[in-house]
Amino acid sequence: MEMYDVLIVGAGPAGMAAAVRASQSGVRVGVVDDNPDLGGQIWRNEKLKPKSDESKIWFERIRSAEFDFIAGTRIVGQASENSLLGERDGEPIELGYHHLILATGARELFLPFPGWTLPNVMGAGGLQALVKSGLPIEGKTVVVAGSGPLLVAVAAFLKSRGAHVALIAEQAPLWRLGSFGLAVARDAVKRRQALALRAETKGIPYRTGTWPVEALGHEHLESIRLTNGRSTWQVVCDYLACGFGLVPNSELAGFLGSGIQTCDDSDPHPTKPVQARVVSVGESIGIGGLACALVEGEIAGLLASGQVDKARELIPKRTKDREFATVLAHSFALRDELKKLATPDTIVCRCEDVKYSALVNYSNFTSAKLQTRCGMGPCQAKVCGAATTFLFGWTDVSLRPPLGPVSLATLAKVQQPHPKVG
Amino acid sequence: MADRLVIRIDNQRVEVAAGTSVAAAILALGQRSTRRSVSGQPRGPLCGMGICYECRVTIDGLPHRLACQALSREGMEIITNGNV
Repeated sequence: MEMYDVLIVGAGPAGMAAAVRASQSGVRVGVVDDNPDLGGQIWRNEKLKPKSDESKIWFERIRSAEFDFIAGTRIVGQASENSLLGERDGEPIELGYHHLILATGARELFLPFPGWTLPNVMGAGGLQALVKSGLPIEGKTVVVAGSGPLLVAVAAFLKSRGAHVALIAEQAPLWRLGSFGLAVARDAVKRRQALALRAETKGIPYRTGTWPVEALGHEHLESIRLTNGRSTWQVVCDYLACGFGLVPNSELAGFLGSGIQTCDDSDPHPTKPVQARVVSVGESIGIGGLACALVEGEIAGLLASGQVDKARELIPKRTKDREFATVLAHSFALRDELKKLATPDTIVCRCEDVKYSALVNYSNFTSAKLQTRCGMGPCQAKVCGAATTFLFGWTDVSLRPPLGPVSLATLAKVQQPHPKVG
Repeated sequence: MADRLVIRIDNQRVEVAAGTSVAAAILALGQRSTRRSVSGQPRGPLCGMGICYECRVTIDGLPHRLACQALSREGMEIITNGNV
């Protein structure tokens, strides 16, 4: 088993920042990620061709940092009190640590509507990730829909790759976006990014208060029906890139009984960081954006390697950047109409093909799961869990290790976090 | 590393650029589904980032591999939709 002074789960911006800062003190650092390379989702494939000043700076820093990168390895749980269990190509891997930083990022929120299971209906970040990993999109017609600033970034990216983006459908009404606009305008970096995105998406209609109601097609997507609450219309397209915001990947922290952050958020103006053996940073504790992920990663990396004074200096910046999370949540709050898109026949759990009608009469996730197999498939409720929380208000979505399907060899090494007595 | 490499998708020879994920290679072929659901519906990649498991295919004899996180390698054999 490899032993690390600082082990970081996730090689996105937060994990990279943590690795850079921790390695500066000379301790042994390991970074593990299930993807083949550094960058996470937002900086996927940017190692050689950075697309922004920030990604350029951080890839330069990480190039001169000394650490082990354990790629293509999915962490599935704990192996012992001081080690995590991962799997690579079906083989178990145990990684030991003194300090652990969880920078597991976020996933997209997918909500069920008729036709959402058709091939070519994808996440917004999902389609972007596929195009970044080699899918040709030139000449294809794409509708980008859902909610959040990611939609605009995805539209700009797809357009730059030659896609015809028919429109961006943002479910939030225009009036709600005011506080977001203000927060962006006040921050020099965010303002620059927003202006660049506006130029890059020139000519693409941005429709607020607009959302998808049905994806149509036989074996695959052929068109999408959209509404603004007053009228409904259809757009023929090759792809629907649709995500309703982001969901923190907090499951691993849950297994470890952690979720401790770099600062105590019950204090509105914290002056000192929280020191803990296991900390969570970035999107995995709440959607706060890139700047927030970077500064939290830095703080965690500094703390885990004993550089407490340097960590303390970053606290005010962290407090300010974390505030953006509140703005995002407020501006892009999901409208109630989205809870009524699914019909009785609409599949909610895609792994087990459990329909809306089979779930609607349950009062919580646990009983629905036991009776219908909702959430028991390979994704382990990572898609339907967040969806049913939104649709039905279920708050008891939980899962047990392993975090996903594993080989028997790996399963044999999984430690259950809370062994039952008696 | 060579710029182009050859893989096989459902016994069809496919040339892809190095760095192409298996999911991207499948879709680029014009094939939209990667698997059939438990009730027989066609499904294709959804999340693109290893969360949803909709893109699982058989790679070099190993079932349930996530096509979105697997990079194409020279000579790789990919089977989609439970085809034999």
